[in-house]
Parts: sequence; C-alpha cells; structure tokens
Amino acid sequence: MSITERVIAIIAEQAVLEPSDVTPESTLEDLGIDSLGLVESIFAIEEEFDITVPFNANEPTASDFDISNVAAIIAGIEKLVSEKV
Amino acid sequence: MKRVVITGAGTINSLGHSVPATLEAMRDGRCGISELEFRDVERLAIKIGGQVRGFEAEGRFNRQQMTLYDRFTQFTLTAAKEAIEQSGIEFHGDLAARSGVVLGTAGGGVSTWDDNYRSVYEDGKNRVHPFVVPKLMNNAAASHVSMEHNLKGPSFTVSTACASSNHAMALAFQMVRSGAAPTMLTGGSESMLCFGGVKAWEGLRVMSKDACRPFSANRNGMVQGEGAGVFVFEEYEHARARGADILCEVVGFAMSSDASDIVMPSKQGAARAMSGALADAGLNADQVGYINAHGTGTAANDKTECAAVADVFGPHADELMISSTKSMHGHLIGGTGAVELLACIMALRDGVIAPTIGYEEPDPECALDVVPNDARNAKVDVALSNAFAFGGLNAVLALKRV
Repeated sequence: MSITERVIAIIAEQAVLEPSDVTPESTLEDLGIDSLGLVESIFAIEEEFDITVPFNANEPTASDFDISNVAAIIAGIEKLVSEKV
Repeated sequence: MKRVVITGAGTINSLGHSVPATLEAMRDGRCGISELEFRDVERLAIKIGGQVRGFEAEGRFNRQQMTLYDRFTQFTLTAAKEAIEQSGIEFHGDLAARSGVVLGTAGGGVSTWDDNYRSVYEDGKNRVHPFVVPKLMNNAAASHVSMEHNLKGPSFTVSTACASSNHAMALAFQMVRSGAAPTMLTGGSESMLCFGGVKAWEGLRVMSKDACRPFSANRNGMVQGEGAGVFVFEEYEHARARGADILCEVVGFAMSSDASDIVMPSKQGAARAMSGALADAGLNADQVGYINAHGTGTAANDKTECAAVADVFGPHADELMISSTKSMHGHLIGGTGAVELLACIMALRDGVIAPTIGYEEPDPECALDVVPNDARNAKVDVALSNAFAFGGLNAVLALKRV
C-alpha cells in the first residue's frame, strides 16, 4: 500500500468511515474527528511509519505539521518518511 | 437527617457477573478462586486468585470506549448498569444535577500501568497510546459512570487500600443523609490481577499459594480477587415516592485511624470503628445478627478482628454470626467492601448467611461463629460490614432490614 492509502486507512478507521469516504480535500472536521481523535490518529500514524510527528495538541496550528486537510497530512507524512535515516 | 436506603445493586466478580449469580454462589458456598491466567504468570510464586472469567469486554463496549476503559472501569460500568437498571431510577433535571458518584479503588488502572511499563521498559518502545493517563487514573471509573448515566453532582474517588469501597460508601451515605444529594452511586472496583499487580503483593509474603481460609487455624494468607460492586443509595422518601424496591437501609457508619503501623492491624482501631458505627446508627450491640468480616485469611487480621469483635460485643459476640466471603471471591482490595456488602444485603433481605468456606480447623484466637463452610438460614435485623485497611484506616457500615 502507498503512504496515501495507509494514511487514509488510519484516518478512516478513526472516523469510522470507509476509506472511499475519505478524500484528500476532507478536513478532520468534515470527518468528525475531534481533538482527542486527532491525537489518537497521530499516534497510529507514528506507529505505522515509525516516525515522530511534531504535533502539540495545545497549539495545533503552530506546529510544523499541517493538519488543514487529508492531503496536507499525507504530504507532511511523506516528508517525514523521506527524512528518516 | 434523612433516611438512606439501597435501591439497586450490581456486581461482577469471580463468583458471578451479576448480583443474582453472586448471591447464588455465596449460598452454595462456591469458590471463585482458581489458577490465574495472564501473561508471565509462570514467573509468579503466587498463581491463584479470584479472577473474573468469561467477561467479553469487546462485546459490551465499542472500539473507542475500549481505548479509554481499563478493566477496573469496565467492571465498574458493568456493575453500575445492573444497579441502575434494578433501581429503575432515571437521572435527569434536578435529580441528575444533584446526584453523584463516589467510588473506591486502591490501584485504579493497574493493568494499564503494567501493559505500558512493559511496552516501554521491556519491549523498548518509546511511544505509548495517547489515552494511557485518562485510562489509568483512579477516578476514571467514577467519571465514566457519571458520563454514562448523567450524574452531575458530587463525584470523586476514594483510595484507602482495602477500605476504599467502605470509605466511599460511607461518604455517599453521609451525602444522602445530610440532604446534600438525593441519590448517590457508590461502591468500588479493583483489577490488579496482572503480572505487576500480583508481583507487588508477593513481596509482602502474606499471600496464600493454595486457598483463602479465614479464621481457620491452618490459614496461610490472603488471595487476591477482582471485580466491582456498585449500589444506588437513595433518600428513603424519594425511593418510596417512586415505588422503588428497597433492598435494605443504611443506618450508620464510622471511620477510624489506628495511627500506629502501616501494615499491622490494631484491635483498638477496629473496635472503635465497629462501636462507632453502632453509636452512629443508634443501635445496641445486641441488635447485630451478622458481621461481614474483613477476614482476609492472614494470621494477623483474623485474630485481631475477632478480638475486636469480642471487645465491642461482649457476651453477644458468641451469639452473632461473622463470616468472610473473601474465602469465595478473594480479596478485591479497594473493591472488596462493595462486593461484601452483597452478603449483608442477602442476610437482611433473604435471611441467608453467606459462609466462610475453606474452614478446616478451629482457632482458639478466632472462637466465634464464623458460619463455617455452609450457608445458614437466619433472620437478621442488623448487619455490619467491616473493612480494615493497610495504613490503619478502618471503615464500618451498619445496615438494617426494612
């Protein structure tokens, strides 16, 4: 599975949706994922890709990690995966 | 002062997954203690306990709930649901705003601590699930009960080791009696039967490797159990007005502190708690027909408790019945008083006294009627429930037949 497919699978599971219902344009709000759900998704993503996502739930927008929609999240993860030693 | 009655009861423990199943097991003198089953059990010296079997949490709670509910919370929610359904009470409006949840637990989410310590220390992982803290905290169970049942009044968790549930129920009683709350959900739970939870207890060298035999001369220690007991404590007129089935009345309580030793029990501390509960209830000692003993099956507790009973009750100590149901369900630590309260309710309501099973040899230092091995039919008007914790913190409840 590609990174995109793997991330969408994690987000879909968190949102209790089918992966086909999660599009790159979807925002977390569209998908009904709240702040705790986001933290859980990030945990699942870190586990899946063995990366550390720079995300602080106190200041979600101040983080380096863009969570404005699914495409932004995927791009951020692709970058973190490519930077992995 | 308001009168306080119990209108609902729920439990899950090694004897049964409901109150009727548990009471039937107590009547039959069944033992819920058996070989423990969990990861790394082969590294323990103590391999028995009163473990809850066949509890399929996955079928009861959804995926999101499972990430937040430690086993002690799962037990609590299961028992709370049974208690509230039996009571028939619904919390909304002013009743919801003023009613709360006070629960006891000694360890809280012990298996969550255990699993995650294993993960970071043994497996070398550097990341834990985001909900580890809300899952393991001691008040998690009380909070989830409040959320599930819309209880918005005073809610908190009491942690006084083996007396946690009795302290919690004493406080709930006090709140309803004073008029601060019309109804309280109360009791407690514990789930320490995992590698770390049992290993810690092993260290004290007070655990039995074969059975819990309270008051028996050949007793050789305590056996851990797990589970929960939850009750609906309700103001008497409120319960009557809605036609609730009243299980029994809570008439008094007392708490005392030994102020002497962190683990050794004190006859004086235990006696002060029992006589204090009688005084609080306005009862004479000779009205008490049954005591649910703390009765851990350790050398120290059982003889000290019997001596305290003799001091408080004088000649009547030989007339009353005293049994320890820990012989059947094990010691639920912070949840134990809650499950043991069921034996008091059975005595008062059904006239059946739960036995002390595993009783093999009389001990001159425990020369009371401990209802050995077989349940007994007897009419009881007043019952006491004892809990004497490590740290010398004692709490005794007095209950009356309605």
